[in-house]
Amino acid sequence: MSQSNSLAVSSGHLAPGTALRRAPFRHLKEKLIEFVLLGAALVAVFTTIAITVVLVYESLGFFEFVSLWDFLTGTVWTPLFAEPNYGVLPLISGTLTVTAIALAVAVPMGTTIAIYLSEFAPHSVREVVKPLLELIQAVPTIVFGYFALLFVTPLLQDTIMPGLAGFNMLAAGLVIGIATVPTIASLSEDAMRAVPMSVREGAYALGAHKLGVAWKIVMPSAISGVIAAYVLAAARAIGETMIVAIAAGQNAVFTFNPTEGAATLTAFIAQVSLGDLPHGSVGYRSIFACGLVLLVMTLVLNVIGHVLRRRYREAY
Amino acid sequence: MVTETSSPVFPGGATEPVVPPVAKAQVHDLNFFYGELRALKGISIPIYKHLVTALIGPSGCGKSTFLRCFNRMHDLYPNTRYDGRIVLMPDNVNILHREVDPIEVRMRIGMVFQKPNPFPKSIFENVAYGLRVRGIRNRAVLTDKVEEALRGAALWDEVKDRLAELAFNLSGGQQQRLCIARALATDPEILLFDEPTSALDPIATASIEELIADLRSKVTILIVTHNMQQAARVSDYTAYMYLGELIEFDRTQTIFVKPKKKQTEDYITGRFG
Ligand SMILES: Nc1ncnc2c1ncn2[C@@H]1O[C@H](COP(=O)(O)OP(=O)(O)OP(=O)(O)O)[C@@H](O)[C@H]1O
Ligand SMILES: [Mg+2]
Repeated sequence: MSQSNSLAVSSGHLAPGTALRRAPFRHLKEKLIEFVLLGAALVAVFTTIAITVVLVYESLGFFEFVSLWDFLTGTVWTPLFAEPNYGVLPLISGTLTVTAIALAVAVPMGTTIAIYLSEFAPHSVREVVKPLLELIQAVPTIVFGYFALLFVTPLLQDTIMPGLAGFNMLAAGLVIGIATVPTIASLSEDAMRAVPMSVREGAYALGAHKLGVAWKIVMPSAISGVIAAYVLAAARAIGETMIVAIAAGQNAVFTFNPTEGAATLTAFIAQVSLGDLPHGSVGYRSIFACGLVLLVMTLVLNVIGHVLRRRYREAY
Repeated sequence: MVTETSSPVFPGGATEPVVPPVAKAQVHDLNFFYGELRALKGISIPIYKHLVTALIGPSGCGKSTFLRCFNRMHDLYPNTRYDGRIVLMPDNVNILHREVDPIEVRMRIGMVFQKPNPFPKSIFENVAYGLRVRGIRNRAVLTDKVEEALRGAALWDEVKDRLAELAFNLSGGQQQRLCIARALATDPEILLFDEPTSALDPIATASIEELIADLRSKVTILIVTHNMQQAARVSDYTAYMYLGELIEFDRTQTIFVKPKKKQTEDYITGRFG
Protein backbone atom coordinates (compact mmCIF):
# COMPACT_ATOMS: atom_id res chain seq x y z
CA MET A 1 0.00 0.00 0.00
CA SER A 2 2.56 2.59 1.09
CA GLN A 3 4.95 1.36 -1.58
CA SER A 4 2.55 1.90 -4.46
CA ASN A 5 1.55 5.25 -3.00
CA SER A 6 5.08 6.51 -2.88
CA LEU A 7 5.66 5.48 -6.46
CA ALA A 8 2.56 7.24 -7.61
CA VAL A 9 3.46 10.39 -5.75
CA SER A 10 7.06 10.61 -6.88
CA SER A 11 6.16 9.93 -10.48
CA GLY A 12 4.16 13.13 -10.50
CA HIS A 13 7.24 15.21 -9.90
CA LEU A 14 9.43 13.55 -12.49
CA ALA A 15 10.00 14.61 -16.03
CA PRO A 16 8.45 12.26 -18.60
CA GLY A 17 10.73 9.36 -19.42
CA THR A 18 12.53 9.34 -16.08
CA ALA A 19 12.56 5.93 -14.44
CA LEU A 20 10.36 5.57 -11.37
CA ARG A 21 12.50 5.58 -8.26
CA ARG A 22 11.97 3.23 -5.40
CA ALA A 23 11.74 4.63 -1.88
CA PRO A 24 12.92 1.71 0.23
CA PHE A 25 13.05 3.60 3.55
CA ARG A 26 9.60 5.11 3.42
CA HIS A 27 8.03 1.89 4.52
CA LEU A 28 10.45 1.67 7.45
CA LYS A 29 9.77 5.27 8.43
CA GLU A 30 6.02 4.70 8.52
CA LYS A 31 6.51 1.60 10.64
CA LEU A 32 8.65 3.58 13.05
CA ILE A 33 6.06 6.32 13.41
CA GLU A 34 3.36 3.73 13.98
CA PHE A 35 5.53 2.09 16.65
CA VAL A 36 6.14 5.35 18.51
CA LEU A 37 2.43 6.22 18.48
CA LEU A 38 1.50 2.77 19.71
CA GLY A 39 4.06 3.12 22.48
CA ALA A 40 2.53 6.42 23.60
CA ALA A 41 -0.90 4.83 23.70
CA LEU A 42 0.40 1.85 25.66
CA VAL A 43 2.00 4.09 28.30
CA ALA A 44 -1.42 5.54 29.04
CA VAL A 45 -3.05 2.12 29.20
CA PHE A 46 -0.31 0.64 31.39
CA THR A 47 -0.40 3.55 33.79
CA THR A 48 -4.12 3.07 34.29
CA ILE A 49 -3.71 -0.66 34.79
CA ALA A 50 -0.80 -0.16 37.20
CA ILE A 51 -2.80 2.30 39.30
CA THR A 52 -5.71 -0.10 39.47
CA VAL A 53 -3.48 -3.04 40.39
CA VAL A 54 -1.71 -1.10 43.18
CA LEU A 55 -5.03 0.15 44.55
CA VAL A 56 -6.59 -3.30 44.55
CA TYR A 57 -3.48 -4.97 46.00
CA GLU A 58 -3.07 -2.47 48.83
CA SER A 59 -6.80 -2.47 49.53
CA LEU A 60 -6.71 -6.26 49.93
CA GLY A 61 -4.26 -5.72 52.80
CA PHE A 62 -6.77 -3.30 54.32
CA PHE A 63 -9.71 -5.63 53.88
CA GLU A 64 -7.88 -8.36 55.82
CA PHE A 65 -8.53 -6.24 58.90
CA VAL A 66 -11.80 -4.57 58.03
CA SER A 67 -14.65 -6.39 56.36
CA LEU A 68 -15.84 -4.99 53.04
CA TRP A 69 -19.36 -4.85 54.41
CA ASP A 70 -18.39 -2.79 57.47
CA PHE A 71 -16.35 -0.51 55.24
CA LEU A 72 -19.18 0.14 52.77
CA THR A 73 -22.02 0.46 55.26
CA GLY A 74 -20.35 1.97 58.32
CA THR A 75 -21.31 5.54 59.14
CA VAL A 76 -18.40 6.31 61.46
CA TRP A 77 -14.99 7.11 60.07
CA THR A 78 -12.36 7.50 62.81
CA PRO A 79 -9.09 5.92 61.64
CA LEU A 80 -7.09 8.21 63.89
CA PHE A 81 -8.80 7.12 67.12
CA ALA A 82 -7.46 4.53 69.51
CA GLU A 83 -10.60 2.52 68.75
CA PRO A 84 -10.74 3.16 65.00
CA ASN A 85 -13.87 2.86 62.89
CA TYR A 86 -13.66 2.38 59.15
CA GLY A 87 -17.13 3.16 57.78
CA VAL A 88 -16.59 5.04 54.54
CA LEU A 89 -20.10 6.50 54.18
CA PRO A 90 -19.20 9.84 55.82
CA LEU A 91 -16.46 10.38 53.24
CA ILE A 92 -18.83 9.41 50.42
CA SER A 93 -21.57 11.71 51.71
CA GLY A 94 -19.05 14.55 51.94
CA THR A 95 -17.76 13.91 48.44
CA LEU A 96 -21.24 13.66 46.92
CA THR A 97 -22.56 16.75 48.69
CA VAL A 98 -19.63 18.92 47.70
CA THR A 99 -19.77 17.61 44.11
CA ALA A 100 -23.51 18.23 43.88
CA ILE A 101 -23.14 21.83 45.07
CA ALA A 102 -20.25 22.38 42.69
CA LEU A 103 -22.20 21.04 39.71
CA ALA A 104 -25.28 23.06 40.69
CA VAL A 105 -23.10 26.13 40.26
CA ALA A 106 -20.86 25.07 37.39
CA VAL A 107 -23.37 23.45 35.02
CA PRO A 108 -25.80 26.39 34.64
CA MET A 109 -23.08 29.03 34.75
CA GLY A 110 -20.70 27.16 32.45
CA THR A 111 -23.44 26.33 29.96
CA THR A 112 -24.75 29.89 29.90
CA ILE A 113 -21.27 31.28 29.34
CA ALA A 114 -20.66 28.73 26.59
CA ILE A 115 -23.92 29.64 24.82
CA TYR A 116 -23.16 33.32 25.15
CA LEU A 117 -19.63 32.97 23.82
CA SER A 118 -20.56 30.65 20.99
CA GLU A 119 -23.82 32.24 19.81
CA PHE A 120 -24.03 35.82 21.01
CA ALA A 121 -20.65 37.32 21.82
CA PRO A 122 -18.99 39.42 19.15
CA HIS A 123 -15.61 38.20 18.00
CA SER A 124 -13.73 40.79 20.06
CA VAL A 125 -15.41 39.76 23.33
CA ARG A 126 -14.73 36.07 22.72
CA GLU A 127 -11.07 36.80 22.05
CA VAL A 128 -10.78 38.36 25.51
CA VAL A 129 -13.02 36.07 27.57
CA LYS A 130 -11.72 32.74 26.32
CA PRO A 131 -8.13 33.26 27.48
CA LEU A 132 -9.44 34.68 30.76
CA LEU A 133 -11.41 31.49 31.37
CA GLU A 134 -8.34 29.43 30.67
CA LEU A 135 -6.40 31.62 33.08
CA ILE A 136 -8.84 30.79 35.89
CA GLN A 137 -8.13 27.12 35.25
CA ALA A 138 -4.45 27.81 35.89
CA VAL A 139 -5.02 29.27 39.38
CA PRO A 140 -3.71 26.79 41.99
CA THR A 141 -6.60 25.25 43.91
CA ILE A 142 -5.03 26.14 47.24
CA VAL A 143 -5.78 29.77 46.39
CA PHE A 144 -9.41 28.83 45.82
CA GLY A 145 -9.37 26.95 49.12
CA TYR A 146 -8.42 30.00 51.10
CA PHE A 147 -10.81 32.09 49.03
CA ALA A 148 -13.59 29.78 50.22
CA LEU A 149 -12.44 29.78 53.84
CA LEU A 150 -11.54 33.44 54.26
CA PHE A 151 -13.93 35.16 51.87
CA VAL A 152 -16.95 33.07 50.86
CA THR A 153 -17.75 31.61 54.29
CA PRO A 154 -17.52 35.02 56.07
CA LEU A 155 -19.56 36.55 53.28
CA LEU A 156 -22.29 33.94 53.72
CA GLN A 157 -22.17 34.38 57.51
CA ASP A 158 -22.48 38.15 57.22
CA THR A 159 -25.35 38.07 54.74
CA ILE A 160 -27.79 35.21 54.38
CA MET A 161 -26.53 32.53 56.79
CA PRO A 162 -25.46 34.02 60.14
CA GLY A 163 -25.17 30.64 61.85
CA LEU A 164 -22.96 29.00 59.25
CA ALA A 165 -20.06 26.96 60.62
CA GLY A 166 -16.55 28.20 59.85
CA PHE A 167 -15.81 24.95 58.08
CA ASN A 168 -18.65 24.00 55.78
CA MET A 169 -19.30 22.10 52.58
CA LEU A 170 -21.38 24.91 51.10
CA ALA A 171 -18.51 27.36 50.65
CA ALA A 172 -16.22 24.58 49.47
CA GLY A 173 -18.80 23.35 46.94
CA LEU A 174 -19.59 26.85 45.66
CA VAL A 175 -15.92 27.63 45.11
CA ILE A 176 -15.21 24.28 43.45
CA GLY A 177 -18.16 25.11 41.23
CA ILE A 178 -16.64 28.46 40.30
CA ALA A 179 -13.29 26.79 39.72
CA THR A 180 -14.90 24.28 37.32
CA VAL A 181 -17.01 26.81 35.42
CA PRO A 182 -14.18 27.42 32.92
CA THR A 183 -13.87 23.70 32.22
CA ILE A 184 -17.53 23.45 31.27
CA ALA A 185 -17.67 26.79 29.50
CA SER A 186 -14.56 26.22 27.45
CA LEU A 187 -15.26 22.62 26.41
CA SER A 188 -18.97 23.22 25.76
CA GLU A 189 -18.18 26.29 23.71
CA ASP A 190 -15.79 24.24 21.59
CA ALA A 191 -18.53 21.68 21.04
CA MET A 192 -21.10 24.36 20.12
CA ARG A 193 -18.77 26.12 17.74
CA ALA A 194 -18.16 22.82 15.99
CA VAL A 195 -21.86 22.70 15.03
CA PRO A 196 -21.94 23.56 11.32
CA MET A 197 -23.29 26.98 10.43
CA SER A 198 -25.59 25.34 7.87
CA VAL A 199 -27.68 23.84 10.68
CA ARG A 200 -28.11 27.22 12.34
CA GLU A 201 -29.01 28.75 8.99
CA GLY A 202 -31.66 26.07 8.54
CA ALA A 203 -33.31 27.18 11.76
CA TYR A 204 -32.97 30.90 11.10
CA ALA A 205 -34.46 30.38 7.65
CA LEU A 206 -37.60 29.05 9.35
CA GLY A 207 -37.94 32.26 11.32
CA ALA A 208 -36.31 31.21 14.58
CA HIS A 209 -34.93 33.71 17.07
CA LYS A 210 -31.34 33.66 18.22
CA LEU A 211 -32.10 32.24 21.65
CA GLY A 212 -34.29 29.52 20.14
CA VAL A 213 -31.55 28.52 17.75
CA ALA A 214 -28.99 28.41 20.56
CA TRP A 215 -31.16 26.40 22.89
CA LYS A 216 -33.20 24.16 20.57
CA ILE A 217 -30.75 23.59 17.74
CA VAL A 218 -27.14 24.28 18.72
CA MET A 219 -27.36 22.81 22.21
CA PRO A 220 -28.83 19.45 21.10
CA SER A 221 -26.37 19.33 18.20
CA ALA A 222 -23.47 19.78 20.57
CA ILE A 223 -24.90 17.67 23.39
CA SER A 224 -22.27 14.98 23.08
CA GLY A 225 -19.44 17.40 23.74
CA VAL A 226 -21.44 19.25 26.37
CA ILE A 227 -22.10 16.06 28.32
CA ALA A 228 -18.42 15.18 28.06
CA ALA A 229 -17.67 18.59 29.58
CA TYR A 230 -20.14 17.93 32.45
CA VAL A 231 -18.60 14.54 33.13
CA LEU A 232 -15.11 15.98 33.20
CA ALA A 233 -16.28 18.76 35.52
CA ALA A 234 -17.92 16.21 37.82
CA ALA A 235 -14.76 14.13 37.84
CA ARG A 236 -12.73 17.20 38.73
CA ALA A 237 -15.16 18.11 41.51
CA ILE A 238 -15.01 14.58 42.95
CA GLY A 239 -11.25 14.59 42.76
CA GLU A 240 -10.81 18.11 44.12
CA THR A 241 -8.69 17.95 47.26
CA MET A 242 -7.27 21.26 48.41
CA ILE A 243 -10.41 23.34 48.41
CA VAL A 244 -12.37 20.90 50.57
CA ALA A 245 -9.43 20.11 52.81
CA ILE A 246 -9.09 23.80 53.61
CA ALA A 247 -12.67 25.07 53.57
CA ALA A 248 -14.76 22.12 54.77
CA GLY A 249 -12.60 21.05 57.70
CA GLN A 250 -11.38 17.48 57.89
CA ASN A 251 -13.96 16.14 60.22
CA ALA A 252 -15.67 13.10 58.71
CA VAL A 253 -19.36 13.34 59.52
CA PHE A 254 -22.10 11.33 57.85
CA THR A 255 -24.30 14.13 56.59
CA PHE A 256 -25.62 15.63 53.41
CA ASN A 257 -26.24 18.98 55.07
CA PRO A 258 -24.14 21.55 53.20
CA THR A 259 -23.92 23.93 56.15
CA GLU A 260 -21.90 21.42 58.12
CA GLY A 261 -18.22 20.71 57.74
CA ALA A 262 -17.13 17.33 56.43
CA ALA A 263 -14.24 15.39 54.96
CA THR A 264 -14.20 13.95 51.49
CA LEU A 265 -12.37 10.93 50.13
CA THR A 266 -9.57 13.01 48.62
CA ALA A 267 -9.28 15.31 51.62
CA PHE A 268 -8.82 12.28 53.86
CA ILE A 269 -6.21 10.76 51.53
CA ALA A 270 -4.27 14.02 51.55
CA GLN A 271 -4.49 14.29 55.30
CA VAL A 272 -3.12 10.78 55.85
CA SER A 273 -0.47 11.02 53.16
CA LEU A 274 0.84 14.12 54.91
CA GLY A 275 1.86 11.90 57.79
CA ASP A 276 -0.89 11.59 60.38
CA LEU A 277 -0.70 7.78 60.34
CA PRO A 278 2.35 5.48 60.31
CA HIS A 279 3.09 3.72 57.03
CA GLY A 280 1.85 0.16 56.86
CA SER A 281 -0.79 0.59 59.55
CA VAL A 282 -4.40 -0.35 58.88
CA GLY A 283 -5.34 3.31 58.92
CA TYR A 284 -2.68 4.07 56.36
CA ARG A 285 -3.89 1.27 54.15
CA SER A 286 -7.41 2.67 54.31
CA ILE A 287 -6.36 5.42 51.91
CA PHE A 288 -6.00 2.79 49.19
CA ALA A 289 -9.49 1.57 49.85
CA CYS A 290 -10.64 5.18 49.58
CA GLY A 291 -8.70 5.49 46.35
CA LEU A 292 -10.49 2.44 45.04
CA VAL A 293 -13.86 3.99 45.94
CA LEU A 294 -12.84 7.14 44.05
CA LEU A 295 -11.85 5.05 41.06
CA VAL A 296 -15.21 3.29 41.08
CA MET A 297 -17.07 6.60 41.39
CA THR A 298 -15.17 8.03 38.45
CA LEU A 299 -15.86 4.89 36.48
CA VAL A 300 -19.58 5.09 37.24
CA LEU A 301 -19.52 8.72 36.17
CA ASN A 302 -17.92 7.84 32.86
CA VAL A 303 -20.44 5.08 32.26
CA ILE A 304 -23.28 7.52 32.95
CA GLY A 305 -21.69 9.99 30.55
CA HIS A 306 -21.36 7.28 27.95
CA VAL A 307 -24.98 6.20 28.32
CA LEU A 308 -26.20 9.81 28.13
CA ARG A 309 -24.14 10.47 25.04
CA ARG A 310 -25.55 7.39 23.37
CA ARG A 311 -29.02 8.37 24.33
CA TYR A 312 -28.71 11.91 22.94
CA ARG A 313 -26.27 11.01 20.24
CA GLU A 314 -26.18 13.10 17.10
CA ALA A 315 -24.19 13.10 13.93
CA TYR A 316 -21.79 15.98 13.91
CA MET B 1 -42.09 52.08 -1.23
CA VAL B 2 -42.94 52.03 -4.84
CA THR B 3 -45.90 50.44 -6.54
CA GLU B 4 -45.03 47.96 -9.25
CA THR B 5 -46.81 47.15 -12.45
CA SER B 6 -48.23 43.69 -12.01
CA SER B 7 -47.93 42.74 -15.67
CA PRO B 8 -44.35 43.38 -16.64
CA VAL B 9 -43.03 44.01 -20.09
CA PHE B 10 -41.13 41.10 -21.52
CA PRO B 11 -37.61 41.86 -22.47
CA GLY B 12 -37.07 41.78 -26.17
CA GLY B 13 -40.70 40.99 -26.99
CA ALA B 14 -40.67 37.28 -26.18
CA THR B 15 -43.84 35.40 -26.90
CA GLU B 16 -46.12 36.16 -24.04
CA PRO B 17 -47.88 33.28 -22.31
CA VAL B 18 -51.64 33.18 -22.51
CA VAL B 19 -52.08 34.44 -18.97
CA PRO B 20 -49.55 37.18 -18.28
CA PRO B 21 -47.57 36.37 -15.11
CA VAL B 22 -48.02 38.40 -11.97
CA ALA B 23 -45.00 39.61 -10.01
CA LYS B 24 -44.65 38.15 -6.51
CA ALA B 25 -41.57 40.25 -5.92
CA GLN B 26 -39.70 42.91 -7.80
CA VAL B 27 -35.97 43.40 -7.41
CA HIS B 28 -34.79 46.97 -7.99
CA ASP B 29 -31.20 47.94 -8.58
CA LEU B 30 -29.95 45.52 -5.96
CA ASN B 31 -26.35 45.80 -4.83
CA PHE B 32 -24.81 43.70 -2.13
CA PHE B 33 -21.52 44.11 -0.30
CA TYR B 34 -19.36 41.69 1.68
CA GLY B 35 -17.26 44.35 3.36
CA GLU B 36 -15.68 46.19 0.45
CA LEU B 37 -16.51 43.50 -2.11
CA ARG B 38 -19.47 44.35 -4.28
CA ALA B 39 -20.91 40.89 -4.98
CA LEU B 40 -24.14 42.06 -6.68
CA LYS B 41 -24.16 44.91 -9.14
CA GLY B 42 -27.42 46.68 -9.77
CA ILE B 43 -29.70 43.72 -10.39
CA SER B 44 -33.35 44.30 -11.35
CA ILE B 45 -35.72 41.47 -12.17
CA PRO B 46 -39.28 40.44 -11.36
CA ILE B 47 -40.02 37.15 -9.60
CA TYR B 48 -43.27 35.80 -10.99
CA LYS B 49 -45.96 34.36 -8.83
CA HIS B 50 -46.47 30.60 -8.94
CA LEU B 51 -43.69 30.18 -11.45
CA VAL B 52 -40.18 28.85 -11.15
CA THR B 53 -37.33 31.27 -11.73
CA ALA B 54 -33.89 29.75 -12.20
CA LEU B 55 -30.61 31.53 -11.52
CA ILE B 56 -27.68 30.28 -13.55
CA GLY B 57 -24.12 31.41 -14.06
CA PRO B 58 -20.56 30.34 -13.42
CA SER B 59 -19.28 29.66 -9.93
CA GLY B 60 -18.76 32.79 -7.86
CA CYS B 61 -21.03 34.99 -9.96
CA GLY B 62 -23.28 35.76 -7.00
CA LYS B 63 -26.22 33.39 -7.37
CA SER B 64 -26.25 32.33 -3.72
CA THR B 65 -25.60 35.88 -2.60
CA PHE B 66 -28.63 37.02 -4.60
CA LEU B 67 -30.85 34.24 -3.31
CA ARG B 68 -29.89 34.86 0.30
CA CYS B 69 -30.98 38.49 0.06
CA PHE B 70 -34.59 37.30 -0.21
CA ASN B 71 -34.68 35.89 3.32
CA ARG B 72 -32.17 38.35 4.75
CA MET B 73 -29.75 35.53 5.50
CA HIS B 74 -26.85 37.96 5.20
CA ASP B 75 -28.08 39.69 8.37
CA LEU B 76 -26.56 36.81 10.33
CA TYR B 77 -23.07 37.90 9.39
CA PRO B 78 -21.23 41.10 10.24
CA ASN B 79 -19.88 43.50 7.62
CA THR B 80 -22.54 42.86 5.02
CA ARG B 81 -24.69 45.51 3.40
CA TYR B 82 -27.72 45.59 1.10
CA ASP B 83 -28.35 48.46 -1.20
CA GLY B 84 -31.44 48.60 -3.37
CA ARG B 85 -34.87 47.07 -2.95
CA ILE B 86 -36.73 43.80 -3.09
CA VAL B 87 -40.38 44.70 -3.06
CA LEU B 88 -42.64 41.89 -1.91
CA MET B 89 -46.17 41.74 -3.31
CA PRO B 90 -48.99 42.21 -2.57
CA ASP B 91 -47.74 44.07 0.51
CA ASN B 92 -45.64 46.38 -1.62
CA VAL B 93 -42.96 46.44 1.04
CA ASN B 94 -39.21 46.56 0.57
CA ILE B 95 -38.06 43.54 2.56
CA LEU B 96 -34.48 44.82 2.63
CA HIS B 97 -35.52 47.93 4.51
CA ARG B 98 -33.71 48.41 7.80
CA GLU B 99 -36.97 48.60 9.73
CA VAL B 100 -38.36 45.37 8.33
CA ASP B 101 -37.69 42.56 10.81
CA PRO B 102 -35.72 39.79 9.05
CA ILE B 103 -37.60 37.24 11.13
CA GLU B 104 -40.91 38.48 9.69
CA VAL B 105 -39.42 38.06 6.23
CA ARG B 106 -38.26 34.51 6.98
CA MET B 107 -41.70 33.69 8.31
CA ARG B 108 -42.98 34.15 4.75
CA ILE B 109 -40.02 33.17 2.58
CA GLY B 110 -38.63 29.68 3.11
CA MET B 111 -35.32 28.21 2.03
CA VAL B 112 -33.82 24.84 1.09
CA PHE B 113 -30.06 24.61 1.20
CA GLN B 114 -27.42 22.97 -0.95
CA LYS B 115 -26.54 20.30 1.59
CA PRO B 116 -29.41 18.70 3.49
CA ASN B 117 -29.23 20.19 6.99
CA PRO B 118 -31.71 18.33 9.20
CA PHE B 119 -31.84 19.21 12.88
CA PRO B 120 -30.69 16.73 15.52
CA LYS B 121 -34.31 15.81 16.17
CA SER B 122 -36.86 13.25 15.09
CA ILE B 123 -38.35 13.32 11.61
CA PHE B 124 -41.59 14.65 13.07
CA GLU B 125 -39.91 17.39 15.09
CA ASN B 126 -37.85 18.46 12.10
CA VAL B 127 -40.98 19.21 10.13
CA ALA B 128 -42.79 20.63 13.16
CA TYR B 129 -39.93 22.99 14.04
CA GLY B 130 -41.08 25.90 11.90
CA LEU B 131 -44.60 25.52 13.27
CA ARG B 132 -43.35 25.53 16.85
CA VAL B 133 -41.35 28.65 16.06
CA ARG B 134 -44.67 30.17 14.99
CA GLY B 135 -46.14 29.32 18.37
CA ILE B 136 -48.26 26.35 17.30
CA ARG B 137 -48.51 23.91 20.21
CA ASN B 138 -51.72 22.03 19.48
CA ARG B 139 -50.75 18.40 18.90
CA ALA B 140 -53.57 17.69 16.44
CA VAL B 141 -52.72 20.73 14.33
CA LEU B 142 -49.05 19.80 14.36
CA THR B 143 -49.77 16.22 13.36
CA ASP B 144 -51.98 17.32 10.46
CA LYS B 145 -49.54 19.92 9.23
CA VAL B 146 -46.58 17.57 9.43
CA GLU B 147 -48.39 14.91 7.44
CA GLU B 148 -49.51 17.42 4.84
CA ALA B 149 -45.98 18.78 4.47
CA LEU B 150 -44.43 15.33 4.22
CA ARG B 151 -46.98 14.38 1.57
CA GLY B 152 -46.22 17.62 -0.22
CA ALA B 153 -42.55 16.69 -0.27
CA ALA B 154 -43.35 13.15 -1.51
CA LEU B 155 -41.81 11.65 1.62
CA TRP B 156 -44.84 10.57 3.62
CA ASP B 157 -45.05 6.99 2.43
CA GLU B 158 -41.40 6.38 3.19
CA VAL B 159 -41.41 7.79 6.71
CA LYS B 160 -44.97 7.49 8.05
CA ASP B 161 -44.02 4.52 10.24
CA ARG B 162 -40.82 6.02 11.57
CA LEU B 163 -41.70 9.61 12.43
CA ALA B 164 -40.07 9.31 15.84
CA GLU B 165 -36.75 8.23 14.37
CA LEU B 166 -33.78 10.55 14.22
CA ALA B 167 -33.69 12.44 10.91
CA PHE B 168 -30.04 11.53 10.36
CA ASN B 169 -31.07 7.95 9.67
CA LEU B 170 -32.62 9.00 6.37
CA SER B 171 -30.73 8.83 3.08
CA GLY B 172 -29.34 12.01 1.54
CA GLY B 173 -32.24 12.36 -0.89
CA GLN B 174 -34.77 11.70 1.85
CA GLN B 175 -33.06 14.24 4.08
CA GLN B 176 -33.32 16.83 1.34
CA ARG B 177 -37.02 16.09 0.87
CA LEU B 178 -37.38 16.36 4.65
CA CYS B 179 -35.83 19.82 4.44
CA ILE B 180 -38.34 20.68 1.73
CA ALA B 181 -41.17 19.38 3.91
CA ARG B 182 -39.79 21.44 6.79
CA ALA B 183 -39.99 24.56 4.66
CA LEU B 184 -43.42 23.64 3.21
CA ALA B 185 -44.96 23.10 6.64
CA THR B 186 -44.84 26.84 7.26
CA ASP B 187 -46.75 27.67 4.05
CA PRO B 188 -44.14 29.99 2.57
CA GLU B 189 -45.09 32.42 -0.18
CA ILE B 190 -41.71 32.12 -1.83
CA LEU B 191 -39.42 29.12 -1.59
CA LEU B 192 -35.71 29.59 -2.22
CA PHE B 193 -33.62 26.64 -3.39
CA ASP B 194 -29.83 26.90 -3.46
CA GLU B 195 -28.54 24.04 -5.63
CA PRO B 196 -30.85 21.61 -3.85
CA THR B 197 -29.70 18.56 -5.81
CA SER B 198 -25.97 19.09 -6.04
CA ALA B 199 -25.33 16.61 -3.22
CA LEU B 200 -27.74 13.99 -4.60
CA ASP B 201 -27.62 11.10 -7.06
CA PRO B 202 -29.58 11.21 -10.34
CA ILE B 203 -32.62 9.35 -9.04
CA ALA B 204 -32.97 11.52 -5.93
CA THR B 205 -32.39 14.54 -8.18
CA ALA B 206 -35.20 13.48 -10.51
CA SER B 207 -37.64 13.14 -7.62
CA ILE B 208 -36.74 16.59 -6.26
CA GLU B 209 -37.15 18.13 -9.71
CA GLU B 210 -40.54 16.52 -10.08
CA LEU B 211 -41.45 17.91 -6.70
CA ILE B 212 -40.39 21.42 -7.64
CA ALA B 213 -42.53 21.26 -10.76
CA ASP B 214 -45.52 20.19 -8.64
CA LEU B 215 -44.96 22.82 -5.97
CA ARG B 216 -45.30 25.60 -8.47
CA SER B 217 -49.07 25.59 -8.09
CA LYS B 218 -48.76 26.52 -4.41
CA VAL B 219 -45.67 28.60 -4.06
CA THR B 220 -43.38 30.92 -5.97
CA ILE B 221 -39.99 29.34 -6.51
CA LEU B 222 -36.53 30.77 -6.96
CA ILE B 223 -33.85 28.18 -7.65
CA VAL B 224 -30.10 28.38 -8.08
CA THR B 225 -28.62 25.62 -10.17
CA HIS B 226 -25.35 24.71 -11.79
CA ASN B 227 -27.04 22.20 -13.96
CA MET B 228 -28.20 23.70 -17.22
CA GLN B 229 -30.54 20.81 -18.03
CA GLN B 230 -32.11 21.22 -14.62
CA ALA B 231 -32.78 24.89 -15.25
CA ALA B 232 -34.29 24.00 -18.60
CA ARG B 233 -36.41 21.23 -17.10
CA VAL B 234 -37.86 22.92 -14.03
CA SER B 235 -37.97 26.64 -14.63
CA ASP B 236 -40.29 29.04 -16.40
CA TYR B 237 -37.95 32.01 -16.28
CA THR B 238 -34.18 32.07 -16.18
CA ALA B 239 -31.71 34.72 -15.12
CA TYR B 240 -28.12 34.44 -16.29
CA MET B 241 -25.61 36.14 -14.02
CA TYR B 242 -21.95 36.83 -14.51
CA LEU B 243 -19.54 38.48 -12.05
CA GLY B 244 -22.32 39.90 -9.92
CA GLU B 245 -24.23 41.35 -12.86
CA LEU B 246 -27.44 40.25 -14.47
CA ILE B 247 -26.63 39.52 -18.10
CA GLU B 248 -30.00 38.31 -19.30
CA PHE B 249 -33.41 37.53 -17.89
CA ASP B 250 -36.13 35.97 -19.98
CA ARG B 251 -38.46 33.01 -20.37
CA THR B 252 -36.44 29.85 -19.98
CA GLN B 253 -37.34 28.71 -23.47
CA THR B 254 -36.00 31.93 -24.94
CA ILE B 255 -32.81 31.81 -22.89
CA PHE B 256 -32.06 28.29 -24.00
CA VAL B 257 -33.24 28.47 -27.59
CA LYS B 258 -32.67 32.04 -28.69
CA PRO B 259 -30.73 34.09 -26.13
CA LYS B 260 -30.22 37.72 -27.01
CA LYS B 261 -26.75 38.07 -25.65
CA LYS B 262 -23.73 36.32 -27.07
CA GLN B 263 -22.39 35.88 -23.53
CA THR B 264 -25.49 33.95 -22.51
CA GLU B 265 -25.34 31.79 -25.58
CA ASP B 266 -21.70 30.93 -24.97
CA TYR B 267 -22.47 29.89 -21.42
CA ILE B 268 -25.53 27.84 -22.37
CA THR B 269 -23.75 26.03 -25.16
CA GLY B 270 -20.71 25.35 -23.02
CA ARG B 271 -18.40 27.59 -24.99
CA PHE B 272 -17.94 29.65 -21.90
CA GLY B 273 -14.47 30.79 -20.85
N1 LIG C 1 -19.10 35.33 3.19
C1 LIG C 1 -18.45 35.93 2.18
N2 LIG C 1 -17.53 36.87 2.42
C2 LIG C 1 -16.88 37.50 1.41
N3 LIG C 1 -17.09 37.23 0.12
C3 LIG C 1 -18.00 36.29 -0.19
C4 LIG C 1 -18.72 35.59 0.82
N4 LIG C 1 -19.55 34.71 0.22
C5 LIG C 1 -19.35 34.86 -1.09
N5 LIG C 1 -18.43 35.81 -1.36
C6 LIG C 1 -17.98 36.26 -2.69
O1 LIG C 1 -19.09 36.77 -3.39
C7 LIG C 1 -19.07 36.34 -4.73
C8 LIG C 1 -20.34 35.59 -5.04
O2 LIG C 1 -20.38 34.40 -4.29
P1 LIG C 1 -21.63 33.41 -4.32
O3 LIG C 1 -21.43 32.40 -3.26
O4 LIG C 1 -22.87 34.18 -4.28
O5 LIG C 1 -21.45 32.73 -5.75
P2 LIG C 1 -22.30 31.58 -6.44
O6 LIG C 1 -22.72 32.11 -7.74
O7 LIG C 1 -23.35 31.09 -5.52
O8 LIG C 1 -21.19 30.48 -6.65
P3 LIG C 1 -21.34 28.89 -6.62
O9 LIG C 1 -21.98 28.51 -7.89
O10 LIG C 1 -19.93 28.41 -6.54
O11 LIG C 1 -22.14 28.53 -5.42
C9 LIG C 1 -17.81 35.51 -4.89
O12 LIG C 1 -16.82 36.32 -5.45
C10 LIG C 1 -17.44 35.11 -3.50
O13 LIG C 1 -16.06 34.99 -3.38
MG1 LIG D 1 -23.65 29.20 -4.45
